Amino acid sequence: MNVSLKSLLLGVSAASLIVSASFAQEKRVLTYNADYDPIPLAAMEALIADFEAANPDVDVKINNFDHEGYKTAIRNFLTADAPDLANWYAGNRMAPFVKANQFMDVSDVWEANGLSEALGSAKASMTIDGKQWGVPYTYYQWGIYYNRDAYKAAGVGEPKSWDEFVANCEKFKAAGIDCLTTGTKALWPGAGIFDYLSLRTNGYEWHMDLTAGKVAWTDQKVKDVFAQWARIQPFITANHAAIDWQDAAALLVQGKAANYVMGNFAVGVFKEGGMTNDNLGFMVFPEITAGLPRAEEAPTDTIHIPAGAKNVEDAKKFLAFVASADAQTKLNMALNQLPTNKNSAVGDDPFLKAGFEMLSSAHALAQFFDRDAPAEMAKAGMEGFQEFMVKPENLDAILDRLEKTRQRVYK
Amino acid sequence: MFPKPIERSSPAAQLLYKAAVPVALFLWLLPLIGVAMTSVRPASDLAQGNYFGIPSYLAFGNYVEIFTQSNIGWYMVNSFKVTIPTVIGAVAISCMTGFALAVYRFKSNLLLFFMFVAGNFVPFQILMVPVRDLTLQLGVYNTWYGLAMFHIAFQTGFCTLFMRNFIRALPYELIEAARVEGVSEWRIFAYIVVPLMRPAIAALAVLVFTFIWNDFFWATVLTTSAETQPVTAGLSSLNGQWIAQWHLVSAGSILAAVPPVLMFFLMQRHFIAGLTLGATKG
Amino acid sequence: MSITRTAPLPPTTVRTSFWRKNQRRLAPRLFLAPGVILFAIYVIWPIFDSLRLSLYDWDGLGEKTWLGFDNYVELFDDEAFYTSLKNNVIWLVLYLLAIPAGLAIAIFLNQTIPGMRLYKSLFFFPFVISQVVVGLMFSWFYAPGFGLFYGLIEAITGTGIAVLADERYVTYGIIAAGLWPQIAYVMILYLTGLNNVSPDQIEAARLDGAKGFRMLWHVILPQLAPATFIAVVVTVIGALRSFDLVSIMTDGGPYGTSRVLSFYMYEQALSEYGYRMGYGAAIAVILFAIMMVFISGFIWKMWREETEH
Repeated sequence: MNVSLKSLLLGVSAASLIVSASFAQEKRVLTYNADYDPIPLAAMEALIADFEAANPDVDVKINNFDHEGYKTAIRNFLTADAPDLANWYAGNRMAPFVKANQFMDVSDVWEANGLSEALGSAKASMTIDGKQWGVPYTYYQWGIYYNRDAYKAAGVGEPKSWDEFVANCEKFKAAGIDCLTTGTKALWPGAGIFDYLSLRTNGYEWHMDLTAGKVAWTDQKVKDVFAQWARIQPFITANHAAIDWQDAAALLVQGKAANYVMGNFAVGVFKEGGMTNDNLGFMVFPEITAGLPRAEEAPTDTIHIPAGAKNVEDAKKFLAFVASADAQTKLNMALNQLPTNKNSAVGDDPFLKAGFEMLSSAHALAQFFDRDAPAEMAKAGMEGFQEFMVKPENLDAILDRLEKTRQRVYK
Repeated sequence: MFPKPIERSSPAAQLLYKAAVPVALFLWLLPLIGVAMTSVRPASDLAQGNYFGIPSYLAFGNYVEIFTQSNIGWYMVNSFKVTIPTVIGAVAISCMTGFALAVYRFKSNLLLFFMFVAGNFVPFQILMVPVRDLTLQLGVYNTWYGLAMFHIAFQTGFCTLFMRNFIRALPYELIEAARVEGVSEWRIFAYIVVPLMRPAIAALAVLVFTFIWNDFFWATVLTTSAETQPVTAGLSSLNGQWIAQWHLVSAGSILAAVPPVLMFFLMQRHFIAGLTLGATKG
Repeated sequence: MSITRTAPLPPTTVRTSFWRKNQRRLAPRLFLAPGVILFAIYVIWPIFDSLRLSLYDWDGLGEKTWLGFDNYVELFDDEAFYTSLKNNVIWLVLYLLAIPAGLAIAIFLNQTIPGMRLYKSLFFFPFVISQVVVGLMFSWFYAPGFGLFYGLIEAITGTGIAVLADERYVTYGIIAAGLWPQIAYVMILYLTGLNNVSPDQIEAARLDGAKGFRMLWHVILPQLAPATFIAVVVTVIGALRSFDLVSIMTDGGPYGTSRVLSFYMYEQALSEYGYRMGYGAAIAVILFAIMMVFISGFIWKMWREETEH
């Protein structure tokens, strides 16, 4: 009875699909699920307007989710109610969808538009099994953003080395300022600190081995990373676990905190809060182990075609448009981020220029902990980082737990 | 009456009591009052650290802002689209099941009854994965009717318990008499029993309305997009967007609470009758 | 009416007479069909399907792989599972405080002064509001820096406590939010119960010199037993179902210390870093088993009452 009712209902819904499909619309609709904050949303809407002007017969319908909720929603809508386009991330983060055949192979778009050349630097992070599974439209640097006024108030100068950075923290503390701020309510901001400490202590290759599950979490080298972290742990905003990254940004704006390990997207928030190019500073994360080639954190954001897309032809047109040099120039000017197309122009914002220089001269680029490591490992890791920043004495228990997760996840 | 009526106490005790009740109420509702105040506080007050003081002016604009800046209007509409059909469906179906279980004697009667009662208590999590899968396969995932279908099915458990006990308390002789007259079973149900069930229908309608309006879990599991999400799930995702904008979060919260609260105040008698069914003997 | 019965129209005779002969037997089946079918599909079958799923490894996208009891073996070696279980016990125990608290408020309000009806409704108010809204209200209440509660603690002790970011307090902070509507619910149950307490017995007891707590314990509470039974049922179920508040207020954090089983199950099966459907189903089965203990108790009591009649 169960089965027959199910098939009956299936029949009914199939019939209603046919009926609704027969009311053909004049414009071809292209549905796009995305997770933009307000500033980037406006930038993407401008790009869509340009695309629609070039393709008057296509109507792009953007369905915007909140950033955190989107990460859960995508797994649902890919299988259930696939749009024609969807935002996601490069690297290991897209692997589960590629392996489950949820993303469409778009190698032909790369081929037809010469993207292997134009998007050369991002190609590796978009490739799995020799095929490309999406198109990158932007990337951005991470680093340390700081409040110059807070530095003045504490009477310290920009640190030239890691030891100086740590030494400064004492002075900030004396002035009642948090040396380093972060907001780990959504967990990921803490991973930025870990990534940089790991890249600077043991280098890019080791860090990649760690996120690929080739290094035990109980390894001495992991402990070395946390030993560096322990030096600054007492100077991190105490309530970080209770606040979001935007709340922590407000602390930096108000001068209650001096430094913030963050991505360049935060600049918009700092400036909305009233900071200017005069009192907002940016520095490359200082060297820890001398002589290590400098690697940086530069996550790439991407657009994909779900396997269940209905309007594939226009979706591919859209990807080619987003990948083009002009579109990326305009989009990234508005986003205040870096274009992935090497023929695009970089905006003249000082933070952007600093980032571009830093990244162009880097030895290698990491995506981000939750994009380089598989999802489960990422979640366990970020919880561990948060716990360490609250209770550094739990380190051994945390590392044992992460090692247990590693052995299960990578088998 | 217990405790001793206050009228029999000294005038001083009476006065004290009359003062104590509103004070207790104020403390009891403090979180609500705080949020209501925040919802009409201008953003500039919050920015300047005026969190608890008198708002510098009443910013009803916050309510306008949530409608223009977010999908909250849609979320509210979606909530109605899910809630109203669920109320109608669950009440209609349970009138029938309740009638069948209360009036007829057959072998599996008690077994079926307790199936409904027990099903009503199971944790949602044990249903989650299969129900989500079933909804996907039926092609009704991320639609208001997909969500409403599940709600109707699940609420049938509670509603059947309620209706069956209500009908059992009706005079059975009425039905016997009608049968002697040769009235068909359907007519007995439709013309004799249902009119007598009006208070039960009213009570269940308000209760189910409140339960479904306030549902969050199934809304997150079975809907994903702004076009279909009801206001509870919508509010949760707006909370992710309105970081540090408590005046907006508060206004959204108050707005989402309005329909069930109105329902409660308009239908208070039925609401409490439904909720306290069985709390007294007989 | 009797005329139409004795002279039915010819074409319907056959059907009518079949129907008339059998309607007492068929009617209950027809009345039950829609409800039973829906309930079987959406509630009964999924329980068994979850039991089956808990023996598989499945990401919700690809193929299912048979694991046997591996999910359960892993579960019993999973720290997060024990954290959730421990929190569930705390929830259950503290949630039961809603019963004495609800009774106390009900006794406090069981008077007739002008405006009492409105006062009672306003006391009941929190129950009507969605748990999402309750969660947001308490998040604001606890918010470090500007929350009312945070401010209060800061004023008293000098340093505020970020309740929702401190593993020592977080679960209690969420339970407090959950108790708010739950106490309101229990209160209304007892107010209705108190309305129906027999005045004769109270007067008789008063003549015997009973008052205060003795009166409550020996005379009033026994008469409130039906209300207490329902209060226990809804409170236990409410405590074990606690999902909304954890999800809204902390998302299980900080570092997973406020997880409960219902939330951990969702997290494993559907959240951003999850999608272990089989493992989630195994957690759900454990939660179901715990609840079955209580459900069986309730059902047993109700069954006895039904069959006594």
